[in-house]
Amino acid sequence: MNWDPLIPVLTVASSLVPGLIIFGLAEERVRLRTALNLIGALIKLALVGWMLWGVYHEHHYETRLALLPDLELVLRVGPLSLLFVTLSGVLWMVTTIYAIGYLENSPHRSRFFGFFSLCVTATVGVALAGNLITFLLFYELLTLVTYPLVVHRGTEEARRAGRTYLIYTIFGGSLLLLGTVWLYSLTGTLEFTPQGFLSDLDAEHRPTLIIIFSLLIAGLGVKAALVPLHGWLPQVMVAPAPVSALLHAVAVVKVGAFGIVRVVYDVFGIDFAIELGVTAPLAWLAATTIIYGSMRALFQDELKRRLAYSTVSQISYIILGVAIAGPIATIGGLVHLVHQGLMKVTLFFCAGNLAETLGIHKVSEMKGVGRRMPWTMAAFTIGALGMIGVPPIAGFISKWYLGLGALQADQDWVIIILVGSSLLNAAYFLPILHAAWFQKPPHSWPEDRDFGHKETAWTLLLPPLLTAAMALVAGLLATLPFSPLEWAKLITEREFYCP
Amino acid sequence: MVSVVTNIPWGIILILLPSAAAIACFLWPRIANELGLVTAFTIVLSTTGLGWQIMENGAYHHTVGGWGAPLGIELYADGLSLLMLAASALVGSGISTYSASYFEQEHLERFWPLWLLLQTALNALFLSADIFNLYVTLELMGLAAVALAALTNNSDALSGSMRYLLATLLGSLSYLLGVALLYHSFGTVDISTLAERVDSSPTVWASLGLMTAGLALKTALFPLHFWLPPAHASAPAPVSALLSSLVVKASFYILLRLWINIFAPLGEGVDTLLGLLGATAVIWGSLQALRQTRLKLLVAYSTVAQIGYLFLAFPLAVATNVTAWSATTYLVLSHALAKAAMFLAAGNLLLFSSHDRIADLDRVVQRIPLTMAAFALAGVSIIGLPPSGGFIGKWLLLEAALSQGRWDVAVILLLGSLLAAGYVFKVLGHAFTQAPLPLKPTVIPASMEWSALLLAFAAILLGLLASPILSLVDIGHITGHSEVRP
Repeated sequence: MNWDPLIPVLTVASSLVPGLIIFGLAEERVRLRTALNLIGALIKLALVGWMLWGVYHEHHYETRLALLPDLELVLRVGPLSLLFVTLSGVLWMVTTIYAIGYLENSPHRSRFFGFFSLCVTATVGVALAGNLITFLLFYELLTLVTYPLVVHRGTEEARRAGRTYLIYTIFGGSLLLLGTVWLYSLTGTLEFTPQGFLSDLDAEHRPTLIIIFSLLIAGLGVKAALVPLHGWLPQVMVAPAPVSALLHAVAVVKVGAFGIVRVVYDVFGIDFAIELGVTAPLAWLAATTIIYGSMRALFQDELKRRLAYSTVSQISYIILGVAIAGPIATIGGLVHLVHQGLMKVTLFFCAGNLAETLGIHKVSEMKGVGRRMPWTMAAFTIGALGMIGVPPIAGFISKWYLGLGALQADQDWVIIILVGSSLLNAAYFLPILHAAWFQKPPHSWPEDRDFGHKETAWTLLLPPLLTAAMALVAGLLATLPFSPLEWAKLITEREFYCP
Repeated sequence: MVSVVTNIPWGIILILLPSAAAIACFLWPRIANELGLVTAFTIVLSTTGLGWQIMENGAYHHTVGGWGAPLGIELYADGLSLLMLAASALVGSGISTYSASYFEQEHLERFWPLWLLLQTALNALFLSADIFNLYVTLELMGLAAVALAALTNNSDALSGSMRYLLATLLGSLSYLLGVALLYHSFGTVDISTLAERVDSSPTVWASLGLMTAGLALKTALFPLHFWLPPAHASAPAPVSALLSSLVVKASFYILLRLWINIFAPLGEGVDTLLGLLGATAVIWGSLQALRQTRLKLLVAYSTVAQIGYLFLAFPLAVATNVTAWSATTYLVLSHALAKAAMFLAAGNLLLFSSHDRIADLDRVVQRIPLTMAAFALAGVSIIGLPPSGGFIGKWLLLEAALSQGRWDVAVILLLGSLLAAGYVFKVLGHAFTQAPLPLKPTVIPASMEWSALLLAFAAILLGLLASPILSLVDIGHITGHSEVRP
C-alpha cells in the first residue's frame, strides 16, 4: 500500500487529535495531558523528519479530498510548505514544554492546551495547503482557535484585546474570502502552481487582477501586521507568554507573511506580478512597516510591547524579501521566516521568565537583572543581537541575503532601509542589554519568587536556551545541508526560479 | 437484501408512523416519552431507507391508493425533498431527545402529540407534489406549531403565539387564494403539470403575488417578520428550536419549489424585490440581534437575518444558474442544524441560570462547557466561517454573485457575516472570565447538552460533505422538471 497520501493528513492529525482529547480531560489530569501533548509533538517531529528526507530526494506527498463539486481540499508537501511545517513542529514542542511550566497550577489548563494544539494544527494546515481555498479554511480556523488563547486570562484588558483581535482578523478574513472567490470566478482554479496560474488570462482582466491582489494582500496583511493593519498586535500581547511566543514566532503573524509568499509566487507568479507592477508598492509598504515598527518600539517601556512592535518590523523583512523580486532576496525573506521565529520566540520566553520569576514587566525595571538571571539574559542577549543582525547569529544571514538580493535586483534604496532599521534595532535592544548586564540591581525585585539555587523553574529556562542555541547554530552552520539557509535556497531553485 | 430495502414504501411510513404515534401518545400519555423517542429514531431510519431508494432508483413516486394525478394524491420525493426530510429527521431526533428531559410530565403529555403531529405535517409537506396538498400540510403544520408555542401558557407565550396564529392563518389564506386561482385557470394542482401549462397572464401574476406574499409572511421575510421574534423567544427552548430551524424552512421550501418549477420564467421584477427584502433582512436582523440584551431574542433576530440570505439567491438564479439554488439549499440545511443547536444551547443556559440576560452570563457559561461549545460551533456556521455548512452556502452564493458581477449582493453577504460575528462573539466573550469555578456539578442532564452539541457538530460536518450532498440535489431536481417543460 502507498502510504504517501496519508502523511500530510497524519501531520495535521498529530496535533488535532491530542487537542480534541485534551478538551475532554479534567483539570487535574496533568500527567496524561502532558503525555498527550508531548507524544503528539514527537510524532509530528518524526513525520517532519521523514518528509524532509523525502522531499530532499524529490519525493512529493499529496492528499486530496473533494470539498465542492469542482474544488478540492488539497494538502501538499513541497519544499516551501515543509520549511514552515518544520518551524511550527519544532517550536510547538519547545513552547509546549514552556507552557507546562508557565501555567503550573493555573485554572483552565485543559482548555488552554486544547486550543494550543488546535492553533498548531491550523498553522500546519496553512503550511500544507495546496490551493487557496484550503489555505483560507485553515487561515480562518486559526483566527477562531487563537481567540480563546488571547482572552485566556479573562481580565477586562484581555477581553478588550480579544475583541480588537477579532475585529481586525475577521475583517481581514472577509477581504481574503472576497478576493479568493473573485479569483475563482475568473479562473476556475485555485491551485498553487510554481510561476502562478494567472499569466494566461486575457489582458482585459489586468485591472481586476490588481484589485484582487490588493484584496488578498490586505486580507493577509492584517495577520502579517502590515502598517496600517498592525493595530491589533501590540494589544494582543496581554496574552500569556507562551501564547505571545507562539503568536509572534509561528502562528498568526507568520501565517500572514507565509500567505503573502504564496500569493506572490504561487498564485500570481513573480514574473507576472512584476509585469502587473504590484511588487514595487508591496516593497514600499514593507519598508514603511519596517521603519515604522522600529520607531514605535523605541518608545515602549513595557517589554512585551516593545517586542511586539519589533515583530511588526521584523515580519516585514520577509515580505520585503519577496517583493524585491529576485532570487537572492527571496532566499533572504524565506530564511528570515525561520530565523525571526527562533529569535523572537527566545525573546518572548525570556520576557515571560522575567515576569514570572521577578515580576518584571518593564524595561526600566531590568537594571542588573543579568546578575540575578544570567542564563535567561544570555538567551535574551543572543536573540536581541540576532535581531540587530550581529554575525554570526541567524539574523545576520537574513539581512545579508536581503541586502545582496536588493543590489542584485538594482534596488539600492533597500540598503538604506536595512541599515536604518538595524540602527533602530540596536537603539531599542542595546539599552536593555546594557541595563541588564552593566547596571546595579535594585535592592528588591517587584515580586521575587524563590526557586532555591536555580534562577527559575527548569521548564521555563530550558526552552529559551534551546531556541537561542538554534538561532546561533542556524547562523554558524548556515552552509550545511538542511540548514534553514540551504533549504531556502532549495525552495528558490526548485519552486520559484526553476529554469 | 438491497431489493427489500428499496421496495418498502418508505414515503408512506414517514407519514403514517408519526401520525399513528401522535394518536398513541394522546391515548397513553404515560408512555409518551418512550413512544416519541422511538418514533424519532425510526423516522431517521426510514429517511435513510428512502434516501437509499432514491439513490438507487432516482426520484420517488407513489400514487396513494393507486389514484394518480390529476385526481388522486401523489407522493413525490427528489433530491431536494430528501435533503429536507433528512434535515427534519436529524433535527427532529435531536429536539426529541432534548425535550424528553426538558419538560415536566404535565407538559410532556401535551408536547408529544403536538410535536409528532408537526413531524407528520413536515414529512407530508416535503413529500407532496401538488400545491393543494402543500396547502393542507402547511396549515396542519402551522396549527401544531402555534399550539406548541403556547405550551407553557404564561402571558408572554400566549401573546406571542396569538400574533403567530394570526400571521400563520393570514399566510395560508393568501397562499390558498393563489392555489384556487391556478386551479380555476388550469384545472390542475399538480406542480409538474402546472409547470407545462402556466403562461404570462393576469391570473398567473395574481396567484404568483398571493402565494409568494403568503409564504413570505410564514417564512418571516422582512418586513413580514414582526411575529417571529416574540413567538420564537417566548416559546420553550425545544419549541423555539423547531420553529426556527424547521417550520420557517417548510414554507420557504414551498416557495422554492414553486419558484424553481413554475414561476421562474415569469417572476422578473419580483425576484429583484425578494432579493432586496432579503438584503434588508440580513442587515436589519443582524443589527437587531446585535442590540438585544436577552439571549433568546438575539438568537431569534439572527433567524430573521439568516432567512434574508435565503432570498438573496432569487435575483441571482436567473435562467440556468444552478449555483445560486445549491447555495440556498445548503444555507437552509446548515441553518436548520445550527439554529436548532443554538436555541437548545440557549435553553440550557436559561435553565441553568434561570435568566438569559447576556450581560450577566459571565458566571454561568464557564460551568457548562459542552453547551458553550455547542453555541460556539453553531455560531461558526451561522457566521459562515470555514469549515462549516454555512461557509459552503456563503461561498456558493458569493461565487454566483461575483460571476454575475453582482457586487451589491457580495457586499451584503460579507457585511452580514461581520455583523453575525459581532453578535455571536458578544455571547461567546462571556466564556472567558476570572469568575471562579464552583464545585457543585451541573444540573443539566447530559442528554440535553449532548443533543445541542451533536447538532452543532453536524452543522460543522456539513462543511466537509458538500460534494456528495450537492450531488443529491441534482436527483430529479431543477433539470428533471425543466425537461418536461417545452
